[in-house]
Amino acid sequence: MTNNQFMFFIFSAIIVVFSILTVTSRRILRAATFLLFVLVSTAGLYFMLRFNFLAAIQLTLYAGGIVVLIIFSILLTSHIGAKLEMPALTKKIFAFFAAAAGATLCILTIIKYRFPETSIVSGRTSIDDIGKALVNTGKFGYALPFEVISILLLAAMIGSIVIAKKRKD
Amino acid sequence: MFEGVPLNWFLIVATLMFFIGIYGFLVRKNLITMLMSLELILNSVNINFVAFNKLLYPQHLEGMFFTVFIIAVAAAEASVAIAIIINIYRRLVNIDVEKMEEMKY
Repeated sequence: MTNNQFMFFIFSAIIVVFSILTVTSRRILRAATFLLFVLVSTAGLYFMLRFNFLAAIQLTLYAGGIVVLIIFSILLTSHIGAKLEMPALTKKIFAFFAAAAGATLCILTIIKYRFPETSIVSGRTSIDDIGKALVNTGKFGYALPFEVISILLLAAMIGSIVIAKKRKD
Repeated sequence: MFEGVPLNWFLIVATLMFFIGIYGFLVRKNLITMLMSLELILNSVNINFVAFNKLLYPQHLEGMFFTVFIIAVAAAEASVAIAIIINIYRRLVNIDVEKMEEMKY
């Protein structure tokens, strides 16, 4: 087993175990902390694939931004030690079978399919290439989605301010 | 195959994460925990995009940009969702989906 495989197993074990804990933990603040672990080890997978910029985005935006936002709203809406009530057993069983059926179907398909091997080996992607592709309007350029996502972020910002604002009535 | 790790392994991890997220979305009743399950689902899709990009087309950056845009959309979605959750809590003092029967003002 190579070093890379060993690191992959560690990261994927953390991801799977803490994902399960995230959806089953009865204390909501702990569930948010487990989600943080999942997101950080996903950033580890990105580092393993040499997407350093993407891993940095994952750490700052997901692990830094979204999880803090979620924890903030948990503290606003529930007590710290509050326990969630258990879901009904039938609901649990049906949800488990739905998820397990989907997972086995997908995993069987993935295992059976042989992906073609690529001979091109690339190193890490430089920030230079990313920046040039992001504002390029030609082939392999992403200027339009970049603009669309900026408008989306602006709209989301204004929308969330308007929704969360206190009404005077 | 990327330095000893085949593409299938990444896909299997992402699949497990996706369906754990689905399970959480079906089982949970609290709005914030449902949002957390949604984040799990989006994150597993990101792993798929990145793995396909690196292991099949390493000379392009399509998967990476899709992942960046998905992360931006997830951030926008989380902020709007949390604004709605806080507003609902302010009106009904409760964020359980099953106890939330009046959605009109």
